[in-house]
Amino acid sequence: MSIQAETVKQVAVLARLQLDDQAVPPLVEQLSNILKLVEQLNELDTRDVVPMSHALDMPIPERPDEVVNTNCKDALLANAPDSVQGYFQVPKIIE
Amino acid sequence: MANDPLYETIIGLEVHAQMLTRSKIFCGCSTTFGAEANTQICPVCAAFPGVLPVLNRELVQMAIKTGLAVHGTIRERSEFARKNYFYPDLPAGYQISQFELPIIERGELTLDLESGEKKRIGITRIHMEVDAGKSLHEGIQGASWIDLNRTGTPLLEIVSEPDLRSSREAGAYLKKLRSILRYLQVCDGNMEEGSFRCDANVSVRRRGDTRLGTRTELKNLNSIRNVMRAIDFEADRQIDLLESGGTIVQETRLWDANLNTSRSMRGKEEAHDYRYFPEPDLPPLVITRERIDAVARQLPELPDAKAIRFSRELGLSEYDAGVLTSSREMASFFEETVQQGAHPKTAANWITVELLGRLNREGLEIEQSAVTPRRLGRLIGLIQSGDISGKIAKQVFELMFETEADPERIVAERGLKQVSDTGAIEAAVDKVLAENPTQVQQYREGKTKVAGFLVGQVMKATRGKANPAAVNAILQAKLSG
Repeated sequence: MSIQAETVKQVAVLARLQLDDQAVPPLVEQLSNILKLVEQLNELDTRDVVPMSHALDMPIPERPDEVVNTNCKDALLANAPDSVQGYFQVPKIIE
Repeated sequence: MANDPLYETIIGLEVHAQMLTRSKIFCGCSTTFGAEANTQICPVCAAFPGVLPVLNRELVQMAIKTGLAVHGTIRERSEFARKNYFYPDLPAGYQISQFELPIIERGELTLDLESGEKKRIGITRIHMEVDAGKSLHEGIQGASWIDLNRTGTPLLEIVSEPDLRSSREAGAYLKKLRSILRYLQVCDGNMEEGSFRCDANVSVRRRGDTRLGTRTELKNLNSIRNVMRAIDFEADRQIDLLESGGTIVQETRLWDANLNTSRSMRGKEEAHDYRYFPEPDLPPLVITRERIDAVARQLPELPDAKAIRFSRELGLSEYDAGVLTSSREMASFFEETVQQGAHPKTAANWITVELLGRLNREGLEIEQSAVTPRRLGRLIGLIQSGDISGKIAKQVFELMFETEADPERIVAERGLKQVSDTGAIEAAVDKVLAENPTQVQQYREGKTKVAGFLVGQVMKATRGKANPAAVNAILQAKLSG
């Protein structure tokens, strides 16, 4: 299966990536090659194989319902590109 | 029209219920509502690089409880999944949710319709997911502000089948679901604070059609009343559109409660492509039969079972049983009143008529009642023992509501104890007969109806304290003597 230029552009939009038109054809080729590689799996009969979502065979760890964190607002806001009055500030969200 | 003779309305509801855990779903931050912005966040819920989520055990317990309460199937193995989208209140760029393998599948809920019929509404699935943060826009120039305190608060998303056929049924479904969640003490059900949120999928079709019409999704519905109004509005809009030869566009519409109308979000919303995939940071959740059984043993008695018990064992009418089990608080108020020795039917009457009437007038909830179940039970006890009449009891009740005093004290202090002493009643009867010779004459001539008037006069003379049965008996005896 090879993918089309339109698909590459759509994936870029979903991933918030800005692509020049010149960047598209090489990506079409590279991504198609990756898909071809994966397509080799289709040669196998997987009818009786249970789909696997995780390689590790372990149960999910669960923690008790306890509040253990204290206020570390300042440290976290210090990493933000912009903050005002204790809020993260971002470009206006169009509502 | 919403109850159009030609069209029927098909509704499915998606409810997001915040679970009452102390800490968030994947980290040890507090979930308390209303804290100062960004004071309840940490590197995990604020999605700093390199952090790992650890699941809150209590949330799983709550999900199992909810699943059992709606007779759902609890999956032995369920998975978390990433739902990918960008929005500033979602710092990770994805929401951890469940997709292909939700924790609960195929439940149901029974509605008691106003017609007296019962209707089963299917529940497609219930899954666990994280809540997003909050954005502020108003009064901020050229920017938005983000508060991540709510980010990572655990939610159950409860999805119904498209089984609802009117806004009334939708309202009844939401009330029933909210009541169950409150009985289970897993959600406070507060729609205004957003801890119980609802989106509605609405379509219409000609009666007799079996295929579903194109649906629209309604959002921003912050009260049950708004859900109902938005559904009626949307059904009318779709019918008008079809009748004028138009077609329905599948879209999301925002309800505006002030303008009583909805508007399309079309164009502002890019095509959804959430690219779900299994959450790599969380292995599958495996729930054993033993764990489910242990939760089942702790389940409280739920509203349907309680209502059946109230009507079968305590002799209440189905209506009273329904009212008294509509909330956990109401049911315990009734049960505590009965524990004081009050006859169940009498207690039911006092609560549904006097107490709820008074609370409604004051705009209060039953848990805010100045008259406690213990005091109401004892007031009813005073009627049952013949210490006061039902009529006087109403006066005492009003005074209890205002003064928060014990009924015995009010009765003693105000001298309201019923007079059953025949001597005192006889004296009052003699006096009334002497003062009303015309009526006595009429009675003796066969107009026995005037007895009612004479009883009233005796009650008046004793300021309502005479035992009415005794008054009747003595009066009859004297009149026919």
